[in-house]
Amino acid sequence: MIAERDARAAKIAADFPLLAQPTSRGKRLAYLDSAATSQKPQEVIDSLVHYYTHDNANIHRGVYELAERATEAFERAREKVARFVNAAEPAEIIWTRNTTEAINLVSFSWGLANLGPGDAILTTQLEHHSNLVPWQLLAAKTGAELRFIEIDAEGLHVLGDLDEKLRGVKLVALSHVSNTLGTIAPLADIIPRAHAAGAVVLVDGAQSAPHFAVDVRALDVDFFVASGHKMCGPTGIGFLYGKRALLDAMPPFLTGGDMIREVGYEHTTFNELPWKFEAGTSNIAAAIALGAAVDYLERVGMDWIGAHERAITGYALERLQPFVARGLQIYGPKDIERRSGVISFNFADIHAHDLASILDIDGVCVRAGHHCTMPLMEKMGWPATARASFYLYNTERDVDQLVDALEQAARVFKVA
Amino acid sequence: MDDFYKEYILDHYRNPRNFGHLDAPTAVAEDLNPLCGDKIRFELQVDADGRVSDVRFSGKGCAISQASASMLSESLKGEMLEDVARFSQERVLENVGIGISPARMKCAMLGLKVAKSAALGEIAHWPDEER
Repeated sequence: MIAERDARAAKIAADFPLLAQPTSRGKRLAYLDSAATSQKPQEVIDSLVHYYTHDNANIHRGVYELAERATEAFERAREKVARFVNAAEPAEIIWTRNTTEAINLVSFSWGLANLGPGDAILTTQLEHHSNLVPWQLLAAKTGAELRFIEIDAEGLHVLGDLDEKLRGVKLVALSHVSNTLGTIAPLADIIPRAHAAGAVVLVDGAQSAPHFAVDVRALDVDFFVASGHKMCGPTGIGFLYGKRALLDAMPPFLTGGDMIREVGYEHTTFNELPWKFEAGTSNIAAAIALGAAVDYLERVGMDWIGAHERAITGYALERLQPFVARGLQIYGPKDIERRSGVISFNFADIHAHDLASILDIDGVCVRAGHHCTMPLMEKMGWPATARASFYLYNTERDVDQLVDALEQAARVFKVA
Repeated sequence: MDDFYKEYILDHYRNPRNFGHLDAPTAVAEDLNPLCGDKIRFELQVDADGRVSDVRFSGKGCAISQASASMLSESLKGEMLEDVARFSQERVLENVGIGISPARMKCAMLGLKVAKSAALGEIAHWPDEER
């Protein structure tokens, strides 16, 4: 069963041309940084090439066949993403450049229109800077208060005082999965309580949408945001899901072409959803290629991907365990059901950057640093951590290569 | 590959030279490298001739940043302040003596950046004729 799963992952890896490319030192590549960005399957790369080779034209404008084909492909990709997260309709999917831009859209549009002095925004202590800085600025601009759900030493959300913290809160913004600790947020507990308190909920799905099935309607989340490049798609494309009633009531964010209905010298009326929020020419090729990525992920099966990552994370934790006696520290939830395929660690007195450099010599790609979560690192007292993150194409061989490279690091740094 | 981090780098990392503080430093500067969380502070004692008579550094971070600063502190003792301000990146890389990838160059150069800024800050306070 385990061998069968690993064999399938190895077959999946063959769809990703970059993974077959050895390093400059001639080592096999063990790509363990998918939380930063995923690799791309050949069919997504082909989709980009196909678009520019055969279908390139501007959308929503031309009446000729080529422009219609581009528009059709662009809107079909939107339908695919809508189906992927189970939105009620494609118009609830707004293309953005990435998760960050989607969060900023909500902050500038919904936030400035709905928040004022006396209101509060509730987020958590483990957020990526992209889900913290926009709210800091929004709070400063509107006079709203910024509050935090506490994170305990294991990396879990402390919810004992949630109802108290929710008093006066108009917006709850939190990550579905922590990019630093892998913690899966207990959304089924938080969202109904937030709604009961009268708050709107934004979930940052940058680390969840790529890795397991997300159903925005089952979650009853109001806004859900994600990036294409972490889910086998290209860079430069992401999306915002929003409930229609909310999106309809929101003023535009960026303004200009494509987002208008009628423009006069003095006055403009705006386009309907979703185009009201898509000013200027979108990254058409990337949106279409993200549609191809969604097709690919669905063909593999999101449930299989989730199960595979849990298995490979479990295998990695098991293989790393013997290093603990030698000074390896593994961070994040101990219960594998409460974490995703992200493992942050430090080894003895080896700084995470030195560790990442030594692992790199053996072809192992891990991230090192603060992972864009500086306040969390400060709170936990970690100057930096190394982070291995897994995806559908990672196999036990990748984990074995990581373990061998850690042995090498122990030798170089003379760790007993 | 064991020569990637040579023995002396680890030695400087684990037993940094001139580590700590001066009682009354003439010039002080500190900076950080947010990418790694490396932090370094340099304190210089400058005598009446403008020569660095003593030096201390403090901080934390990766082996490259700390070892590089430690080796730099040894090189700076006895140098004229103007020469500290002109100390080249090439000399730092010679000291470090191992290949530094572009991504790690900031780590290797943090100590130099801080020491130079301490020296330049002090020189800026000198009367014009002494510059």
